[in-house]
Amino acid sequence: MPALRPESPEEVQEAVRAYPRLRARGGGTKPALSTPREGEALLDLSRLRGLLAYEPEEFVFTAFAGTPVAEVEEALRAHGQYLPFHPPLAGKGATLGGTVAAGLSGPLRHRFGGLRDFLLGVRFVDGEGRMVRGGGKVVKNAAGFPFHRLMVGSLGAFGVMVELSFKVFPRPRTTRTLRVRRENLEEALADLERLRLLPLDLLALDLVPPATLELRLGGFERSVEARLKRLQDLLGEGEVLAEDGAHWEGVRDLGFLEASPIWVKVPAKPHLIPRLEALPLGPRRYLDGGEVLYAGATEEGLKALKEAGLPHLVLRGAETPLFPEPQGAFFAGVKKALDPKGRFPLG
Amino acid sequence: MGFLEELKALLPGRVLTGEAELAPYESDALTAYRKRPLAVALPERKEEVLGAVRLCHQYGVPFVARGSGTSLSGGSLPVEGGVVIALNRMNRILRLDPKARIAVVEPGVVNLKVSQEAAPFGLYYAPDPSSQPISTLGGNVAFNSGGAHCLKYGMTANHVLGLEVVTPTGEVVRLGGESLEGVGPDLHGFFVGTEGLLGVAVEITLRLLPKPEAYHTVLAAYPSLEAAGEAVSRVIRAGLLPGAMEIMDRLSIEAAEKAVRAGYPPVEGLLIVELEGPKEEVAEEALVLEGVLRESGALELRVARDEAERQAIWKGRKAAFSAVGRLSPDYLVQDGVVPRSRLGEALREIQRLSREYGLRVANVFHAGDGNLHPLVLYDGKKPGELERAEALAGEILRLCVRLGGSLTGEHGIGVEKKGYMPEMFAPEDLLAMEEVKRALDSQGLANRGKVLPEVVRAGA
Repeated sequence: MPALRPESPEEVQEAVRAYPRLRARGGGTKPALSTPREGEALLDLSRLRGLLAYEPEEFVFTAFAGTPVAEVEEALRAHGQYLPFHPPLAGKGATLGGTVAAGLSGPLRHRFGGLRDFLLGVRFVDGEGRMVRGGGKVVKNAAGFPFHRLMVGSLGAFGVMVELSFKVFPRPRTTRTLRVRRENLEEALADLERLRLLPLDLLALDLVPPATLELRLGGFERSVEARLKRLQDLLGEGEVLAEDGAHWEGVRDLGFLEASPIWVKVPAKPHLIPRLEALPLGPRRYLDGGEVLYAGATEEGLKALKEAGLPHLVLRGAETPLFPEPQGAFFAGVKKALDPKGRFPLG
Repeated sequence: MGFLEELKALLPGRVLTGEAELAPYESDALTAYRKRPLAVALPERKEEVLGAVRLCHQYGVPFVARGSGTSLSGGSLPVEGGVVIALNRMNRILRLDPKARIAVVEPGVVNLKVSQEAAPFGLYYAPDPSSQPISTLGGNVAFNSGGAHCLKYGMTANHVLGLEVVTPTGEVVRLGGESLEGVGPDLHGFFVGTEGLLGVAVEITLRLLPKPEAYHTVLAAYPSLEAAGEAVSRVIRAGLLPGAMEIMDRLSIEAAEKAVRAGYPPVEGLLIVELEGPKEEVAEEALVLEGVLRESGALELRVARDEAERQAIWKGRKAAFSAVGRLSPDYLVQDGVVPRSRLGEALREIQRLSREYGLRVANVFHAGDGNLHPLVLYDGKKPGELERAEALAGEILRLCVRLGGSLTGEHGIGVEKKGYMPEMFAPEDLLAMEEVKRALDSQGLANRGKVLPEVVRAGA
């Protein structure tokens, strides 16, 4: 099977019409999702890149789907803005389209929400080769079926994204990170649950098993100092990371998974954590107050997740990345409408 | 047994068919449109909704799910000869779990009720459409309702984590879950905003947020609407992210004054900015905001010193719609969106159109997210005035699309704006919507006649 490298949305349409089965790839940072299976043509979108529009005052940008996240973030940083959902693997070459298809958000999602909260619009090529637009380029919009939200986590099931619009926010001026260690998981969880209910506006709230909490604050210098003090009154002195940028970049690039053969994302909740901690998983970290787990695993760990009936997505190291595969009349109907010939993954 | 007999057997004593009983369901908040349904069904449990939808499917009877009927786009307008499935009796909060920060609710629960129940835990439900004391979450989900805080917090779709849906063919599907993160396609996110065309949500899982610790609310008065709009740009350029920024024009201010005596100064443009967050951060932001507003040419600045003063500032804004209603026998509300930097241009053009059509237009809008709310005042008893008001409203919609915005920020397309869909979407976009609809509802029973313009269907 050839590798197709479209350079324009029209070339994506041609490719879709020409091949019965295709798999899109951006930066290839999540190989379990982007590696072509038997009979699939690889649609390499790395040449469909570039920022199309960015008006800082609007808090909105539009870019081709193959644009590396890092490239976008550089442009945003120049205007004191950022992507608050903190797309993972940016430092490894992740693209906007791949991030949306995988449905991934990083540790800073804790403050303002995840990918689904910042995606405003899409143009994609459906299974019939038609160019379809959903959503828009303004921060508020309720017109028409929201195809952009359908793309989140879709693994490309409904079409090939060519253009995406996102909301962005002003970047916090100053940041500090507090790391506190507890005696055991139980104590760490108790603190986590307490923190989740407080109006602290933390940028990040991570649990690193067995018993470490990492909290990141952002804002005006004086306010951050005062709030850090308040957190320490609440949790104890802990360890303060003043130069914390590199640390969180490492976390969002999932550096802690490097040595693991399998990388898996597991939706969670604080009450699920004891159950997850009983499974044979490798290096791992719970982001956003325990709402999502990124873990390294072996085949054994993956099997345990399945047996426990816990939905998950494998980013690296498995043939079938999504568990469970989408089912039910609703998915089937939407799939049939947009990809009737089954050119794309899933279903 | 025929359809109605079967429906009555399913819902004993809870199927309305009498003239007088049906009358209240003939229209929603878009009162210019009226349709007489065949019957109104009043289910009390989700199994009954399922049963009713299955009957409709079996007999080919169109159905419209309805909450409190506050839709401003005619979204819950009945279909002639069809059934209204009124969900108000399904008004239980099934579970409120503060640790998980979620609420699981039935579709007939009123929006504000969730925040009231969550308050003892320091939590709240963020989307706050002006209709929140009345409108139901089922309706909010169907129309992706917004409110005054969308720039920072998003719309209903961003706060729905999971759904149980009865599809138009009478199957039950679960979409999403309880976590803020999921795996697989975001089908629940897609369902929100499809205006009831793809099924009826019978159970909704909502995310709850910790209530902000501190607020800082400022009222700024300007000699022109444009100056108020420019102030919003300045706030954004200063790197601030207020929870809400609202603007009212002279006509709305006067109306609000008459209605609730909010104590607003009589000026051309009034801006409300509200910061929220941890007290130390809000204090720092307030300093920046004060500097920005001082330089923005404000005639007067008022800072709320306590919660009572904050409520006083909001009182007039919240009452604006109904207050404007007193100025005129009838009005139409539009809710088009423009990019924030084009606000001034949009407002100038609306004022020009108002003069051209000889109809007064009051402006109240969510400035932070560019969501306009022009209220077109008219008198339905004067021949031709409704038509003129509709034509003016249509011009405003076209203007919004031309400036790179949207037909609707939060009210939805409904019946009212479906004719304008081709202005915003290409034929292929509409065809894709049409095909999704057809795949899930081949008989076109669920909320027939909404969102999708007839022309596409004819051409498909």
